[in-house]
Amino acid sequence: MAQQVTAGRRYLRAFVSGFFVAVPVTVTVLDRVACVARVEGASMQPFLNPEGGSGCDVVLLNRWTVRNYQVQRGDVVSIMSPRNPQQKIIKRVIGLEGDFIRTLGYKNRYLRVPDGHVWIEGDHRGHSLDSNSFGPVSVGLLHGRASHIIWPPNRWQRIKPFLPPNRGPLETEEEEG
Amino acid sequence: MLRQVLGRTLGFVGYTIQYGCIAHCAFEYIGEFVCSGPSMEPTIVSHDIILSERLSRHLCKIQKGDIVIAKSPFDPKMNICKRVIGLEGDKVCTSAQSDALKTHTYVPKGHVWLEGDNLRSSTDSRSYGPIPYALIRGRVCLKLWPPHRFGTLSESPTRWITETQSGSESD
Repeated sequence: MAQQVTAGRRYLRAFVSGFFVAVPVTVTVLDRVACVARVEGASMQPFLNPEGGSGCDVVLLNRWTVRNYQVQRGDVVSIMSPRNPQQKIIKRVIGLEGDFIRTLGYKNRYLRVPDGHVWIEGDHRGHSLDSNSFGPVSVGLLHGRASHIIWPPNRWQRIKPFLPPNRGPLETEEEEG
Repeated sequence: MLRQVLGRTLGFVGYTIQYGCIAHCAFEYIGEFVCSGPSMEPTIVSHDIILSERLSRHLCKIQKGDIVIAKSPFDPKMNICKRVIGLEGDKVCTSAQSDALKTHTYVPKGHVWLEGDNLRSSTDSRSYGPIPYALIRGRVCLKLWPPHRFGTLSESPTRWITETQSGSESD
């Protein structure tokens, strides 16, 4: 009887201490190092979710590389939506701060991305809610950089920075900068 | 001997990681200590240490009149401490208090309108417009230091107080 009680107590203690190790470590790793996320919607077709509808891609979001809010043009990033704080959106970075951008259907036709902001666009022109509808977004909303596609397995790959043809900052400004 | 040293090192590293992670979770999800600047002058004086709690931001419970810590939209490494004047869909006054002609604007969806209590030396939504809700880091709930000002923050937004003040000083 007494042995049972001590065994139970030992078990409980082991469980509590394991809990206090596992949960904070997991949360910290997910917050600081990397996490996985499912991509929903058609805004990044054909790069992500090429079939559309049937299956969702799963990407690995690297959160360590964006700890200093450093991104490159062409990176696929996940960003807290400025319209809905509980939603995250995954888009491609087209322009960094100071770049001159030719917009597609925003209120100004040409625009300089303000300091601390980035210009993001989905690959699927016209089916994406991106900077062309809400303007440049603050870098502080950056959540992570998509580094790998991990599901489906036949498309497992590292995501390389890639700018869609004839998108990106205007040439003349790049030479000046 | 070597095994003992190795074991002790590993144990130390493990404990460091464990407590580091616990600290990260506490700062990220419960609250953190911050130091404020001059923009909230009557309510929070410069170099006061204040406690900001993160829960109401994660649960989307930020209300009008709350003082919040947010990331600056132009420099994400800098924090700003302002009072929430309007939530999404609210109509806010964008002109200075002394202006005869008042201009109004509506706060767009998912954004908040922030203003400092010290309207003269505060760079806030009046200059850069509404900021996204997701930039808010936490709600200020307690003043910790210096000890004689310890306590909760004054409830009433000073907006109407500053309005009457600026009315009397505008001569």
